[in-house]
Amino acid sequence: MPFVYLDHSADLAIRAWGSSVGEAFAEAALAMFSKMVRADRVRPVIAREYALQADSLRGLLVAWLAALLVPKDLENLVFSRFDVDVRTTELGLLLRGRALGEPLDPERHEPSGEVKGITYLGLDVREEAGVWYAEYVADV
Amino acid sequence: MGGSLSVFDHMERVGDVEWTLAPHDGMLVAGRIYADAASIDQLRREADDPKGWSAVRQLKNVASLPGIVAPALALPDVHPGYGFPIGGVGAFDLDDGVVVVGGVGFDINCGVRLLRTPLRRGDVAPDIDRIAADLYRAVPAGLGSKGALRLSTKEIDRVLREGAPYVVRLGDGIESDLEYTEENGHVDGAEPDAVSALAKQRQFQQVGTLGSGNHYLEVQIVDELLEPKAARAFGLAAAQVVVSIHTGSRALGHQIGQDSLREMASACEKYGIRIPDQEMVCAPARSPEGQRYLAAVACGANCAFANRQAITHLVRTSLARSCSIDPETIQTVYDIGHNHVRIEEHEVDGVARRLLVHRKGATRAFGPGRSDVPPAYRECGHPTLVGGTMGTSSYVMHGTSAGMELAFGSGIHGAGRALSRNQALKRFRSDGILSDLAAKGIRLLAHDKRGIAEEAPGAYKDVDSVVRAAAAAGINVPVARLRPLAVIKG
Repeated sequence: MPFVYLDHSADLAIRAWGSSVGEAFAEAALAMFSKMVRADRVRPVIAREYALQADSLRGLLVAWLAALLVPKDLENLVFSRFDVDVRTTELGLLLRGRALGEPLDPERHEPSGEVKGITYLGLDVREEAGVWYAEYVADV
Repeated sequence: MGGSLSVFDHMERVGDVEWTLAPHDGMLVAGRIYADAASIDQLRREADDPKGWSAVRQLKNVASLPGIVAPALALPDVHPGYGFPIGGVGAFDLDDGVVVVGGVGFDINCGVRLLRTPLRRGDVAPDIDRIAADLYRAVPAGLGSKGALRLSTKEIDRVLREGAPYVVRLGDGIESDLEYTEENGHVDGAEPDAVSALAKQRQFQQVGTLGSGNHYLEVQIVDELLEPKAARAFGLAAAQVVVSIHTGSRALGHQIGQDSLREMASACEKYGIRIPDQEMVCAPARSPEGQRYLAAVACGANCAFANRQAITHLVRTSLARSCSIDPETIQTVYDIGHNHVRIEEHEVDGVARRLLVHRKGATRAFGPGRSDVPPAYRECGHPTLVGGTMGTSSYVMHGTSAGMELAFGSGIHGAGRALSRNQALKRFRSDGILSDLAAKGIRLLAHDKRGIAEEAPGAYKDVDSVVRAAAAAGINVPVARLRPLAVIKG
């Protein structure tokens, strides 16, 4: 699984990776939902589309993850599959993403904890030897 | 991480439970840490690992922010957070200081309310399973739970502006609930226009929900009176049944925090504020961005007070029915937040000053004589509520005059985590914890069954030691120890 949970005594620290920024961001999102629900049991039947802009990859990662937390409160939706494309345009960095999931079913999804927000602690997006890493700490 | 290899090289022991972090490497003031030997060992281990998270490094960052007026403080339950350490207190000048999102966090005004009942242990012990099951059903909790209050946009704005009094006016509470809530359940300066529409939308269904993670509802008994005179003032007696409610501002606070981080990052650049780490984003308190954050955070605080008030009503109704007692005999002892920034008057170097006091995982603990302490408690100071960890004790304490001078009238809020959630999951199993608790006569009803291991009592510091350290430091006085009979976990 291309993400790991790191040790932080109060919060949820995550390192995710992939062969592109988009892949790393998709894994970062899966890591977040895998904390809150049994993501392998969340059927990818409802899609939500995102177009986000930021000045930095770090800002874009926070914007992406924070946006994904909203539908659980507005529509009771949780996600398990993510497609992300990040590119540089004349307007800055642009993310186009799709999240697929379904309404929360506590019996089947066994929710555990809730991500309250994405902090700036240890926030990092970087490339090393052809692998993109996305690291962040979520308040849980 | 920056700085020297180990920030701990700059620590010096200056008392039994008191350490000083000498100013270095950009610090504007010293750091002061109240902690016992076990906590200090943990802080040292963290600080010596340059790749890990260190509460002392975070305290150093707090002490480096513009306008801090006195030592940055860490209380005995200190552990790494984001921005401020948890258990961290920082007071800033109103004109030259900054407001720091990481000094409050996402769960704005998360806190604890303690209710006393006319019941004694013997009244509830035989029926505790039924009583706990009734409460479990009565209080919405866990991911995706929805509150009974359905609010329009106009109504949610009133919750944000008015706080707990609005909920009481709707009929969900009694006047004395407000008298014994910090700030009477309403913080001034709340401006709903400073809160995004998204934050409000996320909150529509969440007023009156407990949440999840470490949020809980506990039926407890007063196990031991440690300061009988104050206990009498607080209406507490041995073997009395009490209820603790631990929750915060829910999705509204979360979204205010998220929105504010982005705005503060821009403000830092705009005003050329040099911050020691990106997690310390802040804005001058007097700037439009700083004022907007303060107006929004006041809304979050009011929402949390309103939320605990709404849950109080659910608990009162359920418990009164389960135990055949008059609902109004279930009364609020106190309601206190432990994630906030407040404008308060304190003496610094003998001069009274109005300051912005950030408390992250720390409560107010105002001592005797303050006008903002309810008259019935004014002789000893208001109660502070120290949350336990499923199966361990909670404490009622109060502030001191010394604490007003040493710690801006602040108190500990809990045991403080010792293990990461990851480590806890490796070390504990939920079914093992359930059987351990059952052996101690404690019922655990959890909406989040997988999360039980993360919140295992063994993942936290020993709350008794943390309380002893706060008492030894002279900042808080233990009044009563509470032991859980039933834990309802979000």
